[in-house]
Amino acid sequence: MLHPQQTSFVMYDEEFQRISVVIEKLLRESNAKVIFLVDKNGQLIAGCGETEHLDTTSLASLTAGNIAATGGLAKLIGEKEFSILFHEGEKDNIHISIVAQRVILVVIFDHRSSLGLVRLRVKKASEELAKIFQDLAVKTAEMEKTGNADSPFAEITDDDIDNLFS
Amino acid sequence: MSFINYASREINCKIVYYGPGLCGKTTNLQFVYQKTAPDAKGKMISLATETERTLFFDFLPLALGEIRGFKTRFHLYTVPGQVFYDASRKLILKGVDGVVFVADSQEERLDANIESMENLKVNLEEQGYELEKLPFVIQYNKQDLPNCSPLEELRELLNPNNVLEFTACAQTGEGVFETLKAVAKLILLELKKGGAGA
Repeated sequence: MLHPQQTSFVMYDEEFQRISVVIEKLLRESNAKVIFLVDKNGQLIAGCGETEHLDTTSLASLTAGNIAATGGLAKLIGEKEFSILFHEGEKDNIHISIVAQRVILVVIFDHRSSLGLVRLRVKKASEELAKIFQDLAVKTAEMEKTGNADSPFAEITDDDIDNLFS
Repeated sequence: MSFINYASREINCKIVYYGPGLCGKTTNLQFVYQKTAPDAKGKMISLATETERTLFFDFLPLALGEIRGFKTRFHLYTVPGQVFYDASRKLILKGVDGVVFVADSQEERLDANIESMENLKVNLEEQGYELEKLPFVIQYNKQDLPNCSPLEELRELLNPNNVLEFTACAQTGEGVFETLKAVAKLILLELKKGGAGA
C-alpha cells in the first residue's frame, strides 16, 4: 500500500478546465440538472448546472459517505465495489458512479431525462474523466519528483497560522 | 489526505474526532458550530439514531480564512463511538489529515478510553496510517464531573508519546476551540513540511 498520509490530492488549473468541459458536456447531453465530482474522501472537486440552491459541500460529504458505506457492503459479500448507485425520488433522482476507482461522479436529473440516457452518457464521460485523472496523477508525480511541487504552504510562518485563529 | 485545488485556490483538510461512546465528540462539533460566524461554516450534518446517538458520522465544514491566497477549509467529522459500529469508523478515517481523541475523563470510562485508543490505532493501520505520524491531539473531556480519573493516570494510559493534550468540558465549550486550533495548526505545519505533492 502507498503511504496515504504523505500524499495530497492536487488539482491544477489545466486539468480543472478539462474536467469542467467534460462535465458541462455531460450535463447538456444527459439533460441533467446538476453534475458534480467528488473525491472519495468527500471533497468537492467540480460541479455544474443548477448548483446555486444546493449545499454542495454537504452533498459531497454525504455522497462520499454513501460510496464508502456501499463499498463496505460490497467487500462483505466479496465484491470489489459497487460502481454505480441509483437513488430514485418523486421528482429528482441521483445517479452516482465511481470513475477510475478514485473519483465519484454524481448526476442529479428529473423527468426531462431518464436513467438509460444518464447511464449511457455517464459511461462515455467517465472514460474521458478517467484519462484526465490519469494525466493529473502523472503530473503530480512528476512535480513531486522534480521538486517543482511549489506548495503554497512551503513558506508559511507560525504567524500566518496564528492569524487564522485570531 | 489534504486536497489542494489550484483552480479554486482552496485547500481542504479532514479532521476526525475519535473516542468511546458518549465521550462528547458530537458535543465538540456542536459547540464549534454554535460559536462560529455563519459565513465561516456550512451546515452541520448529523447522521444519528432516534435517540441522538451517532449512527454514521457528524460533519461540519469550516472555513478558517486565507493563507497566502489560499482559502483554508477544514472538514470536521466524528465517528460513531459505540463499539459495534466499527465498520463505519474505519470508513470515516479514510483520507484523514488529523485526529482528535476525545477521552471521557470519568473513572468508569477508563477502560472504554483505552479500548477506543487501541481501536483507533488498529483502524488507522488498516488504512495504511500510523498514529504517531499523524497530526494528533488528545482532549480529556468532562472535567467538570466529580468522578474523573486523575489527569496523571489518563496521561499515563492514553498519552505515552506526549502529544498535545487539553482538558475540556465540551458542554460549556471549555477547551473545545483550543483542541481544534491545536490539531489544525499541526495539520498546516505538516503541509508546510510536506509540500504540495509530498
